[in-house]
This record gives sequence, structure tokens and C-alpha cells, in this order.
Amino acid sequence: MTEKFDVIVIGGGPGGYVAAIRAAQLGLHTACIDMYTGKDGKAALGGTCLNVGCIPSKALLDSSKHFHHLQHDYAAHGISVSDASIDINTMISRKDDVVSKLTGGVAQLFKANKVKQFHGRGRLLADRRVELTAHASDEKTILEATNIILAAGSVPIAIPNVEYDNKYIIDNEGALDLKEVPARLGVIGAGVIGLELGSVWQRLGSEVTLLEALPSFLPAADKDISKQAARLFQKQGLDIRLGTLVKSASIADGEVKVKLEDKNGESEISFDRLLVAVGRKPYTEGLLADDSGVKLNERGQIDVNENSQTNVPGVWAVGDCVRGPMLAHKASEEGIAVAELIAGKAAHIHFDTIPWVIYTDPEIAWVGKTEQQLIEEKADYRSGSFPFAATGRGLAMGDAAGMVKMLADELTDEVLGVHIIGPNASELIAECVVTMEFHGASEDLARIVHAHPTLSEAVHEAALHVDKRAIHRGN
Amino acid sequence: MSTEIKVPVLPESVADATVVQWHKKPGDSIRRDENLVDLETDKVVLEVPSPVDGVIGKIVRESGETVTSGELLAIVEEGAPEAVKETDKDAAPEAEKETDKEAAPEAKKGADESAKEDVAVESARAPAADMAKLSPAARRIAEEEKADIAQVAGTGRGGRITKGDLIHHVRKTAPTGPRPEERVKMTRLRATISKRMKEAQNTAAILTSFNEVDLKAVMDLRVKYKEAFEKEHGVKLGLMSFFVRAVCAALRKYPIVNASLEGDEIVYHGYQDIGIAVSTERGLMVPILRNAEHMTLAEAELNIREFASRARDGSITLEDLQGGTFSITNGGTFGSLLSTPLLNPPQSAILGMHAIKDRAVVDQGEIVVRPMMYIALSYDHRIIDGKDAVLFLVAIKDALEDPARLLLNL
Repeated sequence: MTEKFDVIVIGGGPGGYVAAIRAAQLGLHTACIDMYTGKDGKAALGGTCLNVGCIPSKALLDSSKHFHHLQHDYAAHGISVSDASIDINTMISRKDDVVSKLTGGVAQLFKANKVKQFHGRGRLLADRRVELTAHASDEKTILEATNIILAAGSVPIAIPNVEYDNKYIIDNEGALDLKEVPARLGVIGAGVIGLELGSVWQRLGSEVTLLEALPSFLPAADKDISKQAARLFQKQGLDIRLGTLVKSASIADGEVKVKLEDKNGESEISFDRLLVAVGRKPYTEGLLADDSGVKLNERGQIDVNENSQTNVPGVWAVGDCVRGPMLAHKASEEGIAVAELIAGKAAHIHFDTIPWVIYTDPEIAWVGKTEQQLIEEKADYRSGSFPFAATGRGLAMGDAAGMVKMLADELTDEVLGVHIIGPNASELIAECVVTMEFHGASEDLARIVHAHPTLSEAVHEAALHVDKRAIHRGN
Repeated sequence: MSTEIKVPVLPESVADATVVQWHKKPGDSIRRDENLVDLETDKVVLEVPSPVDGVIGKIVRESGETVTSGELLAIVEEGAPEAVKETDKDAAPEAEKETDKEAAPEAKKGADESAKEDVAVESARAPAADMAKLSPAARRIAEEEKADIAQVAGTGRGGRITKGDLIHHVRKTAPTGPRPEERVKMTRLRATISKRMKEAQNTAAILTSFNEVDLKAVMDLRVKYKEAFEKEHGVKLGLMSFFVRAVCAALRKYPIVNASLEGDEIVYHGYQDIGIAVSTERGLMVPILRNAEHMTLAEAELNIREFASRARDGSITLEDLQGGTFSITNGGTFGSLLSTPLLNPPQSAILGMHAIKDRAVVDQGEIVVRPMMYIALSYDHRIIDGKDAVLFLVAIKDALEDPARLLLNL
């Protein structure tokens, strides 16, 4: 007796669980198979994001930020603290609490929406059948569905000659669970994950060295932002080495010895811990039976069209296992869109208005095109910018590094991209995403009232500056 | 004391009116001359003002009812009005009254004006709501450019009008497409022509008289003697030589056309130097046939041919171009049917030749097809009177239509 569903979702991360909830809301009989097991040995929904990604890293970033502020910034406010210390275990426990609150929350949402949850592995067979291997019993059962959504996510990329042992050489998961502050932390990859996790431990006292193979820093970000970011992070004490290739890493005498190659030739460096954060790749291992019919592209992603459909009718795929930015909110939007398409509604995702955020301090956030992209496209554009140091709120907060940079079409003034480095960039970017979704002009933002004193005034003034009529800065 | 408010005398040919809108209700106070009610006829909307201050007592005919001249509409109880509140409700009908007032007399104005008024009324009523829905930047442009947003296609989310949409809309009314400008300094020749053209206009009182010529006779002559002429004289028998001869004959008859005004003296030239306008790449040139009155047809043709080639290859000399007592210009080579040539100072007249077109004309009561050419004489009315100009042209016409006259000096 095979159980039949309208929708089976394989994967319970931000792509999968959101798709499942939406499908259920739309009246579809939905099941979600997720294989993640929490520290307590039980099912933990939410995928990489909730368990070992977005959420725990933000928790640790905030904890470490508080500690850093305490040690370095509070004196300016007149606050003096002696013998400040941080208990790593407490910090990690708090993080675990946050995670379990959220994963528990998703489980509640599943119950409330009557999504049938399976803790185990799902494998797509032919003819819209799914083989479920339950973790608890290891039993295999066959489930059937009219529609199957693949949301298997991604896993960290390994590099040759650097093997994870999850003790000395770790990935993001390990970096979120260190028992003590490593004296020297090496990070391979100065991308989002490397920067964020490197920041956490650096604030807690680690000597952090980031080893980046590419010659440029944050190439996906606008060049003015990445330039400012590099300067700010270096000042914070992060040692960022560009154009540095890691040839091998080996563990000996309780340390990790890393062989490097850069423009000066080969060298060796030792760390107490080595975090590999060179990127993530789609996770499709054991997901597709040979006769499932689903095609992968040359990057190992599940091949989908603009509606997230695979080449097999009734089989969809969303999130990190398909093309596009590997962002949780992108996965969620795709999940919702697919659920709605399955339910017969119209749905679209606009990839050009997906915001990107890096939760370093200062935060970095952007949406739309970078200036270098516009130059390459030979687009006619104007740009404006405004430093947080010229905002009342920023100065009052004592947190005013960074700026807002806005790019708009030369003729129509349509906002083409907004780039922010500074306090609360992750929140400030939302207004810009809305503006771009409505094809708004920089003048629209310039003519909309922004509360005073706020950091959002920097967005307002940057918009004014596009037209060279900012009030609080030279034009 | 009560006052009866009656339907005013309706304009003739209007049988009845419909009560459109009461602006007051019983119990409301009203001032003298304040509008009580709007009545609509086929042609206009009439207002009925109150003749007295007072309070509305009773409304006899309601909105939507049909009334005729003199019918009782309402009763107003006289008395001092209470402090008349300018409520929004009153203000709105006021505003509507304004626009309706415009609409009413407008029905009597011409169609064009009424269309204009319609637009004004339209935008006055233009959903302020729609304007408010625009994004701030779009609204600013719409207001500054007085754009009719109903005409603007929205490309924003959900069809909303963006700033860019308005920019394009405003541009659409302006010329589109690249409009480059290239600055080229005038050549000396062009500058000279330019100067002289203007001088001619500014000094002489230039008029143009027209006539038409039936060139059959000339054409027949040419056909008949074409080969012989060419063989004998080594040059083609063209049309110009005939015209030169005809012009010379006419100038002899009307010497004033060959004269020029110098200061306060009319100078009658005892010779005829005829300028032949030649169009070259560099501009217009008018080389002179000296003593054309003595030239044979062949000599005229030869000279013209030589001038043409020298003008085109740029070897015309200044002497060639100086002087002249009369000019001939031929726009017909380019297809001109009729034109008003400009004088060539200090000459007092110029003959314009035009395209030859087979036309149906009447000859001795019969409709025939003839090769017709319009000829134009622009002349300086300071010294040449209309009569002379007309007769001069007629003389040319007669000579060309009957070339024997040239032979006979008639």
C-alpha cells in the first residue's frame, strides 16, 4: 500500500519546508522528507540554514559582536569593564537554543498545516515515486505523488589535499561548534561564509588569516563596497591574503600545517584550526535513482527552467540544488512559487531583485547590478552615495562606518542597484528591494520621507546624491 | 414671506428641462444669487439662483424630474440666512458648478474651443486619485509637464506608471530620433549669393507676373531643323536660344525692363547683356551673354554651352559674371512648374522658365494637347509698372508661339 500525496518535498530546508507549508495552505496533501538529525538525535527541520548555516552563524556573530563592543567600544560611552570574559560553552548553548527554537517552530508549522513529516532520506524513482528510507527503522517504503519537489540543498566543497577531519580541519558546521577559541584560525576562502565565521572567532580573540585563491576580494560585490570592506576588515585585524592558493594541509603535533602558493612563491603556515569555506555545491548524492529521468547540468545542479521545472513532468527543484544564488530567501521564494504553480496559480521569481547580505560588522548588503556590471554592459547610469558617518543616528550610535551607494539609469532614473556597507545594512536593503521591484526611480526614494534620525536617511541622501542635490554632503 | 422659485424661461426650441441637481435641501439657508439648482436642457445646463436671502422651505420638483418653463421648483422662506457654512459638500458642488459653467457656454462656442474646454474640464476632474497613485517622481513630472496620464503606458509593477514612462511620454511629443547638427562654414560663393539675394530683396520692390507659352511651334522647329542645325553650327539647337532671342526682342519693345535704377536715375542700357543662370555644385552662377541682341541662335547656344561647362568645372571668371541687364533662369530643368525668381541686382527683371508639360488647352474652340510652359517675370516695381511687365511677358509668349515674329521683328 503506497501512500499517495499531491506533493512530496524532499528536503526540509528553507526551500523545502516553505514549499511544503505553502502547498498545504493551498489545500494540497503534502509530505516532507528531511534527513537532518539534530544534536539530540531527533529530526531537525530547517536544513542547513536553520541548523548549521544562516541562523547559528548569526547567533554567534551577535554574541561575538557584543563581546567585541564590550571590549573595544563601550569605553567611549563611558562604560568601563574589567576582566570581561566570554564563556564559549554558554555562547554555543545559546546558539543551540536559538536553533532548536526555530527547528521546533518549523515542526509546529508542519503540524498546524498538516504537512506529513518524514525523518529519513528520500530518493526519486521513476513515475513520480519516492523511496523513503526512514532513519529510525532503516525501512524502505515507496511513496507516490502527483508532484515532487526536490529541495536537497547543498554541501561544502572539499578541496584536494585538504581533508576534513572535523576536529582540526573543519567546515562551517565545525566552526559553529568549536569548544574553545583557537589561537590561530586559518580560513580557506574569503567569501561570505569565511568572512562571517572568521569574524566570529576573531572577535573572540583568534588570530584569523583568510586565504583567498582569487586575486580580488568579494568580486560579486560592487567594487567600491569591496574596497571599503577590505580596508575595514583589515583594520579589524582580519588578515586577508588574496591570490593565495592552498596546496595542501596536514595535521601534525596538534596543529594544521598549510602549504601555500602565492605571487612570492611557496610558503608554509601553521594554524590551530583550519576552516574550509571555499563554497558549496549542490547535494544530489543518493537523491536520484538511475531511472528517475531527472537531468543534471554541467555544474552538478538539477537542471530546471525558469519555472523551476525539471525535465521530468511533475518533478520540480528549488534552492541550492538548482541554478541561481545560493541564498535561503531565494530558495524560499522558489518554494512558494512552485507550490503556487502546482496549485494552478501564476507565480514568478525575479532574480534581479534578490538581496545579498554578509553579516560581518559592518554588514554588507546589496540588490541589483554592481557598477562594474553596468560598465561592462555599457549601460548609461548615474550614481550617488552617502556615508553613514554623515548621519546623525550613525554618529549617535557610535557605529557609522560605511556608506550607501545607489546606481540609477541615466535616462529613466530607474534604480539599477543599491549597495550598502554599514550598520543594519541587512535591514536597510529591504526598502531598496521594494523600490526595484516597483521599477522605482532614485527620485522616488529621494521624495519619500525617511524618519529622522535613522540610518535609512543614508539611503535617502544617496538617492538625492544621484541627482547631485544631497543636502548633507557635497555634490 | 415666501418666494416661489420657478423654472426660468427656457431658450427657444427647448421644450423642457430636467432637474439635475439640487444644491440645497429644505432647511438649508441660501443667499441671494446663490445657485439653488441645475437644470439640464438639450443644449445647456442652466443654473437657477435664488432671488432672495432665506431658508429653503420646500422642494417641489426633485432631481431627475422633467420641468417646463415657469413651473414651480421650490419655495424659499425669506429671512436672514444663518451663518452660511462653507461645507465640503457645498464646496464640491461649487467646483462642479464652475466646470459646468464652463461646459454650458462652451456648448455655444465653436467646436475647436469646446474640445479645448473639454480637455480642461477633463483634467480638472481628472481623477486626483490617479495622480496620487503615481510614485513621487512620476507625479512631479506629470505635474510639471501637465501630462495626461491616461495616455501614458505604465511599465512598472502591475502596470504602474514609472518616472521613466513619463520621461518617454514627454519625449514622444517632442521630436524623436537623433537630431544631430553639423556646422559648415559658408563658402565665399554661398556667402556672396546670400548677401546679394538679401540685398535684392531689400532694395527692389519685387513682384512677379505670370503667363504661359505654347511651345509647339518652337518644338516643331527644333525637330525639323535639328540635324541640319547641328551639322551647320556644331551645337545642338536648344530651347534657351529661342528664349534669348524672344527676350531680346521684347526688351527692345520695353526698354524699361532692361534698365536699372542708380540712385535717383533710371539708366537705360543700350545693349542687352543677358545673364543665364547656371546651377553648379558650388551654387548658383549667372554668366552673362554680352550683346545678346546681336547673337544668332547658334551663337547663343554656343556661348551658353561654354558657360555651362566653365561654370561646372569652376573656370568661370569674375568678368563673366559681372554686369548684365536682364537674366533668365530655368527651374524647369529640375521640374519646377511655377516659381517667383529673385532679381539679380542691379538688374530690374528676371525671366523664369519652367518645366514643359503636355496639357490640354483650347485652340480655336478645340481641345488640344500642347507642350505648355509657365513663364514668370519678377520685376522691380520701382521702375517697371505692372503693365510693362505684363506686356513684356506677352511679347515673349507671342514671339515663342509664333517664331516668325522674331524673323519679322514683330
